[in-house]
Amino acid sequence: MEGVSFSAGGRTIIDRVSLDIEAGPSTILLGANGAGKSVLMRLMHGLLQPTAGEVHWRTAGARGHQAMVFQRPVMLRRSALANVAYALESAGVPQAGSIGLEALREVGLAHVAQRPARVLSGGEQQRLALARAWALHPEILFLDEPTANLDPAATREIEKIIQAFDAAGTKIVMSTHSLGQARRLGDEVIFLHQGRVAERAPIDRFFPLPASPEAAAFVKGELPWV
Amino acid sequence: MVEGVLGDARLWHIVGLSLAVSLSAVTLATVFAMPLGAVIAVTRFPGRQALIVALNALMGLPPVVVGLLIYLLLSRAGPLGDLGLLFTPQAMVIAQTVLVLPIIAALTRQAVEDAWREYEEQLRSLGVEGPSAALTVLWDIRFSLLTAVLAGLGRASAEVGAVMIVGGNIDGVTRVMTTTIALETSKGDLPLALGLGLVLIAIVLALNAGAYLVKEVAQRRFG
Repeated sequence: MEGVSFSAGGRTIIDRVSLDIEAGPSTILLGANGAGKSVLMRLMHGLLQPTAGEVHWRTAGARGHQAMVFQRPVMLRRSALANVAYALESAGVPQAGSIGLEALREVGLAHVAQRPARVLSGGEQQRLALARAWALHPEILFLDEPTANLDPAATREIEKIIQAFDAAGTKIVMSTHSLGQARRLGDEVIFLHQGRVAERAPIDRFFPLPASPEAAAFVKGELPWV
Repeated sequence: MVEGVLGDARLWHIVGLSLAVSLSAVTLATVFAMPLGAVIAVTRFPGRQALIVALNALMGLPPVVVGLLIYLLLSRAGPLGDLGLLFTPQAMVIAQTVLVLPIIAALTRQAVEDAWREYEEQLRSLGVEGPSAALTVLWDIRFSLLTAVLAGLGRASAEVGAVMIVGGNIDGVTRVMTTTIALETSKGDLPLALGLGLVLIAIVLALNAGAYLVKEVAQRRFG
């Protein structure tokens, strides 16, 4: 990203952010509510167009090889399997049914493949959302606070799946409020403050020694809830 | 009582024709109106807001005016006069389709737009946009859209002005329940008019109850 800004309604939400996101390490976006994490991720994913600056992709065609999982999963009124198959068919992938079933097995949902997706529990729906994203075999997977609405048990399930994707070589870019989660899943942190990148550091440097005062305050303030 | 005056066969012909005309019109209107409403809901183009306002306003289209316009189109001297459709059930279907189409389109547009707020990011993330996104949402909220169809059906089965003008209320050919009620009332046969009115209400009630059941069962099943 080069000098990317985004403003809406006269308010600047992302302010001249330049970032280079490379394959490999899992990137965690941290920041307070309203810091611009979600917007920055949507700019990267292409759901929003920057009002200034540009988003480039290093490899041609990489644009199509990305997927996103949202805070609240949006499921179509059809079976769990049909939801995954829909994503695959939309991407023009043949044999959507068998690949979809494979993805459901991956997240431990094969037994509910034929159940209507909307009657699954919140945790199951989010796992289904991960399966749907995973089935597309993205090079990069964006996760926007994927466990914000889930209980601890469901959160652990989701984290395990994300770790498996990471191990399989998918680049993870995730925003979260939970510092514990950042530590468990992340390799590096991008700390946002009021629409700007206040700090970018490897995870094992960021937590003991945040360089910017904003990040220091955030880490300190959040610690009791980790 | 109603059968006594009209005779069984004639009564059932009137009821059957009413249903045939209105259901055909609603089916035809649905086929065109739903994709139209859905596409307007999920796409952005210049003049969109004006179109939405126009569509909403057309929901209040007076049946007699629609009847008159279709009459002018289909009359011998009109542009479509050669088809010879005036004073036939087909003409009544055309008039009611025109009447009902904006209602179903406008209600569909609203329903799809509300749902689109929820679906938009997810579908765009999957690369689904434009008409295929419209169809996906349309299919996903199909049970809620029954209400739009019912609103259209209510309008079609209740109106008298359009079918009276383009159908002509010809006994045994284009006479339907509403035109019969209007005619018998003006002739002073109030019991017959009232009896037919009750039949009409019962049919509308039954159709609505059926649709409601379908919707309830489906929502419990699909969430």
